[in-house]
Amino acid sequence: MNVMTKSTVTEDGRTIGGVLMAVDNITLRFGGVTAIRGASFDIREGEIRAIIGPNGAGKTSMLNVINGFYHPQEGTITFKGEQRHDMRPHIAATQGIARTFQNVALFKGMSTLDNIMSGRALRMKRNIFWQILYNGPARKEELEHRKYVETIIDFLEIPHIRRTPVGKLPYGLQKRVELGRALAMEPDLLLLDEPMAGMNVEEKEDMSRFIIDINEEFGTTIALIEHDMGVVMDLSDRVVVLDHGDLIADGTPDQVQRNQGVIDAYLGVAHD
Amino acid sequence: MLYRESGQFKTGYAADQAVFPILQDRWGMLVMLAVAFIGVPMIMDDYWANAVFIPFLVYALAALGLNILTGYCGQLSLGTGGFLAVGAYSSYKLMTAFPELDMILVLVGAGASTALVGLLFGLPSLRIKGFYLAVATLAAQFFLIWLFYKVPWFYNYNATGQITVPPREALGFLVTTQNATPIVKYLFVLSVVTVFAIAAKNMVRGRVGRMWMAIRDRDIAAELIGIRPFKTKLMAFTVSSFYIGVAGALIFSVWLGAAESGETFGINESFLVLFMVIVGGLGSILGSFLGAGFIVLMPIGLKNVLVDWFGMSAVFAKHLEITTFGVLIIFFLIVEPHGLARLWQIIKEKLRLWPFPH
Repeated sequence: MNVMTKSTVTEDGRTIGGVLMAVDNITLRFGGVTAIRGASFDIREGEIRAIIGPNGAGKTSMLNVINGFYHPQEGTITFKGEQRHDMRPHIAATQGIARTFQNVALFKGMSTLDNIMSGRALRMKRNIFWQILYNGPARKEELEHRKYVETIIDFLEIPHIRRTPVGKLPYGLQKRVELGRALAMEPDLLLLDEPMAGMNVEEKEDMSRFIIDINEEFGTTIALIEHDMGVVMDLSDRVVVLDHGDLIADGTPDQVQRNQGVIDAYLGVAHD
Repeated sequence: MLYRESGQFKTGYAADQAVFPILQDRWGMLVMLAVAFIGVPMIMDDYWANAVFIPFLVYALAALGLNILTGYCGQLSLGTGGFLAVGAYSSYKLMTAFPELDMILVLVGAGASTALVGLLFGLPSLRIKGFYLAVATLAAQFFLIWLFYKVPWFYNYNATGQITVPPREALGFLVTTQNATPIVKYLFVLSVVTVFAIAAKNMVRGRVGRMWMAIRDRDIAAELIGIRPFKTKLMAFTVSSFYIGVAGALIFSVWLGAAESGETFGINESFLVLFMVIVGGLGSILGSFLGAGFIVLMPIGLKNVLVDWFGMSAVFAKHLEITTFGVLIIFFLIVEPHGLARLWQIIKEKLRLWPFPH
C-alpha cells in the first residue's frame, strides 16, 4: 500500500503525483454497528477523489476517521508517508487537512471576513501579549494574512459580503464561505462533504468551477463526497464506492459506472 | 445628516481594520475621552465619585471580564462574585504584606492570582458545556466565598472577619481610604478601565478574539481549523478572571474601602454582572459599558426622579424602583434581545441614511 506510484499526467494536462494518503483496512464500529468494514484505498497527490454510496454507506464516517474525529478499531492511515497514531482533529489540521461539512458549520456570529481569517489561525503566531498591544507585530501579521484572505475572497467572488455576518447569508453563499475558510488553511488535502447538497443547478455549476479551479490553480488534492452523479463523474479522477460500510468498487468514473455491484447498490438489489 | 461616511475612502487594509473606520466615530470617541478625563473631574465630589462614576467604572470592568468569557468564548459563568472576592482578598493580602507596593502592582498581582484561580475552575470546561458548566462555576462561587469566610489567614486573623483597606498610593497619589480625594480616585479607576478596555478591544478584534468566537459558535469546526478547544477556553477563563480580579480589587480598595466575603461578593454580584453583560450585549466591548451603565445608574436615576421630583416616600420609591427596573430590563430584552450595543448599532445604521428613508 505504501508503494509510491509514479506520477501520471491526465488528459487535461494535470499531474497526478504519488500516494498522499493511504487508507488501509479501516474498520470502524459503534457498539454493535459496523460503520466501515475493512476499507482500503489511496488518495494521490493532485487528484480529485470522490467517495460515493447510498445513504448510511459510511462516507461521512470515513471523512471523520481521516479527520481524527473517530478512531477506527482496526487499520491504519498513512499521510505523507507517515503512519498516524492517536489522531485528533487539530493535529490533522496542523498536518494540512482541511474540511467542509455537509450541513454548513460556520461561525454564525462572525462576518465572512472573520470566518475566513479564522482559517489562518494556525499560521498566525503572535501571542496574546502582542495582541493586547496590537500596534506593531500583531498588526503587521494581521495585515499579511488579510492580504492572503482577500485573494481567496476574490477567487470565490464574494467581496460584496465581506462584512456580512454569515448567519444572514443564503445557504449557497454560506457553503462558499465555508470553502473559503478551508482554503485559507492552504491545505494539502481538502475534504468536501457534499459541497453541492441543497443547491440549484446554477449554484452547482459555480461550485464545480471552484472545485476544479482550486485543484488546478492551487494544486490542492481534493476528496469529496457527493450524491449528484453527474457532478461526480465529471469532476473526479477516481471514485470509491461504499455500501453499508463495505468498499464495493474503486476506479475511474467509467469503470465504476459499469460495475455491477455499484449498479445493484444504487438500484437497491436485496442484500443476501 | 452629520453622520455620513461618503467621501471617506480606505486605501489600505490597515485603515479598513481600524477600530473606528468612520471619521465621525473617531471624533465621537475623542470627545467622550476628553469629557471623561477633563470634563467630569470638574464636577467631581464625594457623591458623584462614590455613588455614580466609580461603581459604573468598576462594574464595567467586571462586565468586560465576564463578556470575554461568556460573550466571546461562549462559556456561561455564575462565579463572578467569587472571582471578584479573589481579587479583593488577594489585593488585601498584597497591600498588607508589602506596604510599599504601588497600587498598580497590587492590581496586577490581584489580577494574576484571580487568573490562576480562574484557570483552575476553567478546567471542567473541557468536559462540560452550557448550563452544566454554569453549575460548575456556581460551585466556584460558593466555595470561594466559604473559603474567605472560613480561613482567617485571608483577613489577617482580625476579630470582625472584615477586611479594611490601608492607605496606599499609585504613582505617588493616595488612592485608597477616605482621605484620598474623589478626583484622584476617579481618575485612577478611569485610567485602569480605559487601559483594560483598549486591551480587550485589541484582543477580540485579532486572532485571539476569532479563536474565542470560533469556539463559541462551532467548537467542532474550530477544532478542525487547528484551534485547540481546551487551550482556548482556558485562555478565556484566565483573561476573564484577570479582568474580574482587578475589578474586585478596585471595588474593595478604592470604592468601598472595606469588604466581607459573603456580604460584598455574594451570588447577587454574579447575577448582577451577568445581567449587565446580557442587557448590554453579549460579545460587545461597548455593551459591557452600556450594560454596567444601565444596571448601576438606572436605580440611582429612578430614585432621584421618584423621591426628589414626585416627592414619594423613600421606602415606596425603593419598591417602585425595583419593579420599574425589572420592567425596563424585560422591555429592553424584548425590543432588542442582543442588547443595548445592538440597539446602538441599529441607530447608527439608521443615522447613516437619516433623514432619507432609503
